[in-house]
Amino acid sequence: MSKEQILSSDGIPLEQSLKKAERKNKLKAVLLVAPLFLFLLIIYVFPIGDMLFRSVDDRMITKMLPNTFKAMEKWDGRDLPDEPVYKAIYDDLKYLKENKTYGKIIARLNYEKSGFSSLIKKTVRKLNKVEEGNYKEQFIKIHKRWGQPEYLVALRNAAPNWSYAKYLKGIDMKFDQDKNITLVEEDRRIYKILWFRTVNVAFWVTVFCFILAYPISHLLATLPMKYSNLLMICVLLPFWTSLLVRTSSWMVLLQQQGPINDLIVWLGLATDDNRPELMYNVIGTFVAMTQILLPFMVLPLYSVMKTISPSLMRAGKSLGGTPLVSFVKIYFPLTIPGIGAGCLLVFILAIGYYITPALVGGASGSLISNTIAYHMKSSLDWAFASALGTMLLIGVLAIYWVYNKLVGIDNIKLG
Amino acid sequence: MANKQFVRFDNVDKSYDGKELVVKGLNLDIAEGEFVTMLGPSGSGKTTCLMMLAGFETPTNGQIYLDNNVISNIPPHKRGIGMVFQNYALFPHMTVYENLAFPLRVRKIPKDETDKKVDKALSMVSLQGFEARMPMQLSGGQQQRVAVARSLVFDPQLVLMDEPLGALDKNLRESMQYEIKHIHESIGVTVVYVTHDQTEALTMSNRIAVFNDGKVQQLSSPDELYERPVNSFVAEFIGENNTFGGEIIDLSGDKCKVKLNSGSEIFANPIVAKSKGEKTTVSLRPERAIIDPQSSMDNNHKGKIEEVIYHGDHTRLRVDLLGNKEFILKVPNSSSGMNIKEGKEINIGWNSSDCRALDPK
Repeated sequence: MSKEQILSSDGIPLEQSLKKAERKNKLKAVLLVAPLFLFLLIIYVFPIGDMLFRSVDDRMITKMLPNTFKAMEKWDGRDLPDEPVYKAIYDDLKYLKENKTYGKIIARLNYEKSGFSSLIKKTVRKLNKVEEGNYKEQFIKIHKRWGQPEYLVALRNAAPNWSYAKYLKGIDMKFDQDKNITLVEEDRRIYKILWFRTVNVAFWVTVFCFILAYPISHLLATLPMKYSNLLMICVLLPFWTSLLVRTSSWMVLLQQQGPINDLIVWLGLATDDNRPELMYNVIGTFVAMTQILLPFMVLPLYSVMKTISPSLMRAGKSLGGTPLVSFVKIYFPLTIPGIGAGCLLVFILAIGYYITPALVGGASGSLISNTIAYHMKSSLDWAFASALGTMLLIGVLAIYWVYNKLVGIDNIKLG
Repeated sequence: MANKQFVRFDNVDKSYDGKELVVKGLNLDIAEGEFVTMLGPSGSGKTTCLMMLAGFETPTNGQIYLDNNVISNIPPHKRGIGMVFQNYALFPHMTVYENLAFPLRVRKIPKDETDKKVDKALSMVSLQGFEARMPMQLSGGQQQRVAVARSLVFDPQLVLMDEPLGALDKNLRESMQYEIKHIHESIGVTVVYVTHDQTEALTMSNRIAVFNDGKVQQLSSPDELYERPVNSFVAEFIGENNTFGGEIIDLSGDKCKVKLNSGSEIFANPIVAKSKGEKTTVSLRPERAIIDPQSSMDNNHKGKIEEVIYHGDHTRLRVDLLGNKEFILKVPNSSSGMNIKEGKEINIGWNSSDCRALDPK
């Protein structure tokens, strides 16, 4: 028996007219969501995509020196190249000089190998005196580095359109002349230290936040309303104050002539002329970041603890568990979703923290984000800044993945 | 011989704020193996008493004895008292088995014995095969049974239950009442049960302590409590009750004459009010008053039916009788088909012995 098609009153199949009616609603829903979707796309997806792109994009140099790289294709890369390569360099540099755009390649080539800056500048300056023919000899005469193969190899190594060299630099590695991946020289390995310090600071800030926030959250969740509200305001007050103000007030407190140092001297823990440095080092970063990130630990913990019925602890005790056993076996496991959420939140925020380490961290307390900022603003190596940013992003995603494997992401509660 | 004073409250006071006593001079003896219910309206101090017994609150004055030992200084986890909480308080992150094994594990009982005891406790509440479930996967009634099993699994001598059936629907509540009663009878554990539901208290308990205003108003068996309330609070609180306010004008042996506020006179049984001229509240159960009594009854008055409410097995009549417009009568549903209609005048009779003259309200 086949099912009879149900018709609506105007003869159209009911299914069709229902769909038609629903289409309008769907369209409305889509229109309502559209602004947010576009907003996310513009401020989130697009910049991250651009960052990823920039971190591997290395086409500038190929575009600026087209003849050079074409000529270099035939070169074996061991001895000095032949005349055509030098002629191509001459043509490219001449073109760049006429357009006054050679500044860009100086910076780019100098990242590849220091020494290029003066080499290119001097060459460009004396380019007018170069006569036609025998470019190789004339170039070496202008600057002896044109006669050193490693500079030409470095020039050729700058050629690829896409490169992950910036990522290697981020972990203290580089391509050597033969395109092998090696560690950079001992005295230039700074990023490993920086990464380690960043993870270390983020880890300990998370631990300190957890130790401080757990009892506070417990108090918040169990105190009578009128006290817990007051305590909650104390916890949230930092949220309503500018980050800069809070960091600056830490600078006031922690400076060498500041109240905390006064107290230490007064207690006799240090002499007046030998006051400990609490700021412009890792201690300042720890203290200020822990205080600033504390609410991010308290709030998820509080929201989870609020849902734990006090009768559970009573049940544990009445069943014979000592207060400690009841806490470890009953209360603590039930707060794990909050601990997970809080730790993840604080760690991820701490690992990319910028303003506070910049202000109170000094040289030994600055983190990877400060380096990113440096490369964005001062050295203008945006590609490297992008690469570091991407590595940070990947690191955070990795932590997220590990957390998901260990605890389960459904087991996270923010409120 | 069972210990008659297994649990003893000796002149216990409790105050939370130092201004007001929520429990006043409480004396209460509970025998071993007894099922005693603390019944009372909310705020009457019954839960506070239970919490003091469990060790979560300390008495402000007085002592609590368990098996002749003072327990005021023993922390809850060393008292060995099983407890069922209002919202079950099952550990949500543990399976049913782990919930039941918790009290055994903290007592370092070996694994095979734990298994045996858990199995026995679960079979007691007919929940075998649910060991691996999480509490969230159980219905309210099943969670309740797990909570009962958990409170019994470590063989405590005393189990406290704090309104354990409050969250269940009516049918489930009734069947759980019988189940808990049967468990109590079969293992002979002493149970102290707190509820504000009088039917629950009447069906389950050996004895009921009616609490009001921080004091035990009456402690007696359910039938005693219902048939012979000692004061008007108990009479009002337990079951349905018709009351008349009045004054004793004549007294002879176990019978007295009460002049009601409306001016009529009735005969009553003097319980609290025992002298002439005393103010009293007369209490009469609805089922003890009969329409058109055949045999002679010493109270016989005319009343007017104000309202008829059909209840299936019986019909309730609201009657205007002797100035009390809220006088309730229960007429059993029988085939005789009495002629009861609103506005009709009827004869109502009752025995003076069922009609108790208590303290004035």
